[in-house]
Amino acid sequence: MSLKQYKNAKLILEDGSEFTACSFGYEKSVAGEIVFNTAMTGYPESLTDPSYRGQILVLTYPLVGNYGVPGKSMADDMLEHFESEHIHTTALIISDYSSTYNHWNASKSLGDWLKEEKIPGLFGIDTRKLTKIIREKGAMLAKIIFDDDIPFHDPNKVNLVNEVSIKEKKIYGNGKHKVLLIDCGVKSNIIRYLLRFDTTVIRVPWDYDYTNDDYDGLFISNGPGDPTICTPTIKHLKTSIADDKPIFGICLGHQLTALAAGAKTYKLKFGHRSHNQPVLEVGTNKAYLSSQNHGFAVDNKSIPDSWLIYFQNLNDDSNEGLKHSSKPIFTTQFHPEASSGPTDTAFLFGDFIKAIETWKK
Amino acid sequence: MEEINKVLVLGSGALKIGEAGEFDYSGSQALKALKEEGLTTVLVNPNIATVQTSEEIADKIYFLPVTPYFVERIIQKEKPQGILLAFGGQTALNCGMALFENGILEKYNIQVLGTSVEAIMETEDRERFADKLRSINVKTPKSVAVTNIGDALNAAKKVDYPVIVRAAFTLGGQGSGFCSNNEELEKLASKAFSYSEQILVEESLKGWKEVEYEVVRDKYDNCITVCNMENFDPLGIHTGESIVVAPSQTLTNREYHKLRKLSIDIVKSIGIVGECNVQYALDPFSEDYRVIEVNARLSRSSALASKATGYPLAFVAAKLALGYGLHELKNSVTKTTTAFFEPALDYLVVKIPRWDLNKFMGVSEEIGSSMKSVGEIMAIGRSFEEAIQKGLRMVGLGMHGFVGNKDLIIEDIEYELNNPTDKRIFVIASAFKKGYSVEDVYQLTKIDRWFLEKLWNIIETEDELVKYNDFNSIPDGFLWHAKKQGFSDFQIARLVLNNHEIGATDKEIIQIRNHRKSRNILPSVKQIDTLAAEHPAVTNYLYLTYHGEEHDIVFEKDNRSVIVLGSGAYRIGSSVEFDWSCVNALQTIKKKNYRSIMINYNPETVSTDYDICDRLYFDELSFERVMDISDLEVPYGVIVSTGGQIPNSLAMRLYRQDVHILGTSPNFIDRAENRHKFSDMLDKIGVDQPEWKELSSIEDIFEFTEKVGFPVLIRPSYVLSGAAMNVVSNKEELEHFLNLATQVSKQYPVVVSKFLMDAKEIEMDAVADKGDIIVYAISEHIEFAGVHSGDATIMFPPQKVYVETLRRIKKISRKIAQELQISGPFNIQFLAKDNDIKVIECNLRASRSFPFVSKVLKTNFIDYATRIMLGEKVEKPNKTLFDIDHIGVKASQFSFSRLSMADPVLGVDMASTGEVGCIGDDYYEAILKAMISVGYRIPEKNILISSGPMRSKTELLESGRILIDNGYNIFGTKGTCDFYKKNGILATMVHWPDVNKKPNAYDMLKKKEFDLVINIPKDLSQNELNNDYIIRRAAVDFNIPLITNARLASAFIYAISRYKKEELTVKSWDEY
Repeated sequence: MSLKQYKNAKLILEDGSEFTACSFGYEKSVAGEIVFNTAMTGYPESLTDPSYRGQILVLTYPLVGNYGVPGKSMADDMLEHFESEHIHTTALIISDYSSTYNHWNASKSLGDWLKEEKIPGLFGIDTRKLTKIIREKGAMLAKIIFDDDIPFHDPNKVNLVNEVSIKEKKIYGNGKHKVLLIDCGVKSNIIRYLLRFDTTVIRVPWDYDYTNDDYDGLFISNGPGDPTICTPTIKHLKTSIADDKPIFGICLGHQLTALAAGAKTYKLKFGHRSHNQPVLEVGTNKAYLSSQNHGFAVDNKSIPDSWLIYFQNLNDDSNEGLKHSSKPIFTTQFHPEASSGPTDTAFLFGDFIKAIETWKK
Repeated sequence: MEEINKVLVLGSGALKIGEAGEFDYSGSQALKALKEEGLTTVLVNPNIATVQTSEEIADKIYFLPVTPYFVERIIQKEKPQGILLAFGGQTALNCGMALFENGILEKYNIQVLGTSVEAIMETEDRERFADKLRSINVKTPKSVAVTNIGDALNAAKKVDYPVIVRAAFTLGGQGSGFCSNNEELEKLASKAFSYSEQILVEESLKGWKEVEYEVVRDKYDNCITVCNMENFDPLGIHTGESIVVAPSQTLTNREYHKLRKLSIDIVKSIGIVGECNVQYALDPFSEDYRVIEVNARLSRSSALASKATGYPLAFVAAKLALGYGLHELKNSVTKTTTAFFEPALDYLVVKIPRWDLNKFMGVSEEIGSSMKSVGEIMAIGRSFEEAIQKGLRMVGLGMHGFVGNKDLIIEDIEYELNNPTDKRIFVIASAFKKGYSVEDVYQLTKIDRWFLEKLWNIIETEDELVKYNDFNSIPDGFLWHAKKQGFSDFQIARLVLNNHEIGATDKEIIQIRNHRKSRNILPSVKQIDTLAAEHPAVTNYLYLTYHGEEHDIVFEKDNRSVIVLGSGAYRIGSSVEFDWSCVNALQTIKKKNYRSIMINYNPETVSTDYDICDRLYFDELSFERVMDISDLEVPYGVIVSTGGQIPNSLAMRLYRQDVHILGTSPNFIDRAENRHKFSDMLDKIGVDQPEWKELSSIEDIFEFTEKVGFPVLIRPSYVLSGAAMNVVSNKEELEHFLNLATQVSKQYPVVVSKFLMDAKEIEMDAVADKGDIIVYAISEHIEFAGVHSGDATIMFPPQKVYVETLRRIKKISRKIAQELQISGPFNIQFLAKDNDIKVIECNLRASRSFPFVSKVLKTNFIDYATRIMLGEKVEKPNKTLFDIDHIGVKASQFSFSRLSMADPVLGVDMASTGEVGCIGDDYYEAILKAMISVGYRIPEKNILISSGPMRSKTELLESGRILIDNGYNIFGTKGTCDFYKKNGILATMVHWPDVNKKPNAYDMLKKKEFDLVINIPKDLSQNELNNDYIIRRAAVDFNIPLITNARLASAFIYAISRYKKEELTVKSWDEY
């Protein structure tokens, strides 16, 4: 942080708490839901994760911007170093900003990128104090005010999935296994993982009726907001789980599958957003570190017969995954595709492909 | 698997460079973990000053060498079912591997708990390990293992210069280094082969980033990386010599997780059960990497990682060794979440090494691939600037941060940037001041520009601060900015007032402090909770930062807490003994129903463990920070007498601000510390002292020495090079010393005192209550005065002192205690010649020998002292040193082998890095155990003696006879040989190294034909850069035991003539 003057802005929470901070991003007043993430790396990935749509993201790790922002090189028809085309968070809040950055792969500073994407960024806030407020009172609405005051805005009331989902079908790769991917706000790394195998990924909009399409396995992606809003998707999934093709769902995809199976979801007090969520494969001694980003969860008590708890959270026992007792269907609340975060559970993509191979036989 | 009831734990012995206090921490935690499971624990560790060798931590403690021979005898006696090898550093690991290879573990049916020995051995053999990594597609540096110099040269051709040479099976890179041509390689390789039969010639990755992961795995194959760390200095500087940050700062998510994943793959393939660290080189221009080292045990880095994250690595590793799964254990910080997780930090830590290279003659100040630092500190902050400035103050070398220091004299900035020394960071500051840009400095140092930019930010703030002339004119926002960058009040005062005399009094510092308080610019207390505030935690692990608006905790301010000030970085002269004292003070405070509060910043200590006190402030021991904490806590009082010199010198300053100092009044502490006041006091109470004078011109010094006669001890207040203190025997030496080593002026006066030859040095360690001595211990140095008390070999109770001398010492001590109204611990050093007693020093605090005398006498001096300081009326114990039937000997550990070129002689300035204390039924048994514990071996056959001046020749005459009678062969240099022959002792003459004749001392040393070298320096000047130096240095470099003091040599020779190894008793502490 050099001595040059940064414009001041205010962060106001629904509970009345106020913070004054310096702006290093785009200067406009915004409102959304405020959430925190305790990851220590991966801000370019987090900011472009569509699941953060509508949220003001607080990073608890204080030093941010250190390695700048990578360039926009393409691979497999996707931006190589990001999780989607654009930043999805409503704003970013940190403690200590590195205006100068250094990395061989960087093309610009975090501040310049935020400005380019018209996303506000604030630094100089006691992010630990802020995190404790969110932890104690739960995720809440917040707004960043520059010059003009604006009202609070609850993103969970709108259909965020519709905002982030692809508008038209898009095809990646040309492999022998056809994976139909329901895009509720998919992270690019999921597609990258699927393409590591001999697959063709058919990415379709969240409400697209694929039930009569030709595919070998169904994948339901992550995405933002309250799963109960995605009624068309749930409807399609009901048909799919009655079928016997392999299904793999992640995060929102896991919740949607659970809803389709008849389970219930609820909103967590402040969600799981970190790289260090411990999950246990139920009935084994196998524990994995996982990357997570969700505010809603599947209620363990509501899980219907013929479904089993696949994984559970070691800290709060919340549901981390489901599998069908007889069909090749499994889902995880956490993110096996990581990016950002630990890659311990990437083997699940392999399991999915194996299930497809078995099904084909 | 046989049921395990009793477990043997191997300690690491004396502190040495590369193996220090971190193993007291890890061993103590392991013992606690075992105890919690109801297991009986047996500990072998001769390091008597450690916390782990205290009552209630292990069930049985053996103060014996950690060598296969002694450990086998302990196994025979104790019959443990299990053994832990991973908690005592390389010493324990090497001992364990030897026990395994000799079939001893199998013979006694002992199970190695945790990682198997086979797995450990695989990681220790670099070539086998590289093969293994290749088999799982993990990259290692191009490398060829060789066993002779010819092959090494060939290997270099294949790998290409520059190459790095590494010796297998050594402590922290001993015998390692970079070579850019055949000549350099030949030289280094021959040295490396003296440590190890196998060396590696590897591709040099100089300039790459160095990154480390601490990995934990359980028997179910569950694996986590608790912490990653990044070196500020690029590869090429040993990680123990490097500034290190945690977590990594310049790695992207992809890099971080690529290396994390590799770490887990490696650890799983080795089959670690417990803790392991993996070190990487990472290309700064791509995602290419190499694995450069793996340690299958707790290490210095794991201790640092524990303190950096709050995750109790050693404790958890011990539980995993017993068969638990990570998911079955709780996070002991949050108590509710699982131990299977990776801590999320919401701060960063900076580790900075502490060097004491100016304590050694002849040593190079350049730092590189082998370790020379003797200690380290860890600073916590919420910005890099804040943490590094805190850290630079913590190192304790008189620096105030990155800027605001006295000017360094740097001859060639570019050379020094390119060839880093122990002062590298201050060279960077100077370079910036002289107009070098971040880019210039990057090109010369290859330090990542991100770090340099952050340092540059500090320079910018400095430039801005000097524009103000008074505190009131600094805008609040800018003052906040400076404080957030870690500027101390001192730095701000110096820069704003542009006054380099600041610090003489606290006037200006108090001024800025009051100004800040009036503007509400104050630090916040934050918790380290392992989960970045995600879950509520009842953690007592705290630090202060200016990047905050609120405190995480509530302050009782009820006068029921007591603050103990710790000892800071381990350094020569202050190490684990003060940690023991602080930990014991904390325990007594708790027992007496006060809340205990610790302030310390040394990651190698037990006093900074999460469960040792009610509140731990891992923060500075500066006047400013202690005042900050004292203002918040409003404690009952502060204890300044258990943490060595750092807290002791804060006593008066805190007292002036109305902080309640427990124990002896700071006015009296000052009276003992101030040379003039103390001397006047001794005169007043009629106690003798060596004649001395503070002088400010060379003429005055000559006049004084004329009057008192030679030799004299010179203590300059300004040192140009070499050791600070010296004894000179004649005018010539005096002139030489004054011209070369120091500067004499009104500003830098020199203290000259009469030096007594052949005088005994005797120490009084005691605790008094309002001037009345309650407990005391008198111990005697084996060496005559002239060897620093920290280097001397000490026996307790004294064996060869007149009863009259003891009587007089007690009497004088009582007078001093009374006069200074001592309440608490103190130490007085005496000189005794015949029955003539002189006082040379008095410290009103716990001394280095407190744990030693407390444990030998089985009377905890610190417990007494603490109770007295808390105001309790204590009874005198009904036991004194005259009532014990055993003898303790404390011997010093030197690390000369690490300090290339240093002359391994002892003088008036301290050079040892650690110590041991062993107990025997008589003096000779105790001394032999102690000397074996610090690395001496009972010689087989050949002994090289250069007996020095006539006085020591005479001292070694009888010893020579004893050696011949016991069948040893004596080899002597010319004078020694002549002297022995004249006295009828057979000795073979060897030529001095510079004489081109055979047999030559140097050749024979190189061929390791001697089992022991006794080389007594000719004079006390330490300036013998000649033949004797070559012999001493060769002994060290070729790993042959060396004794440089005639009194110690003869004590050792007497001892080996009386005891064979098998006759040494194996008794635990409680059996004495």
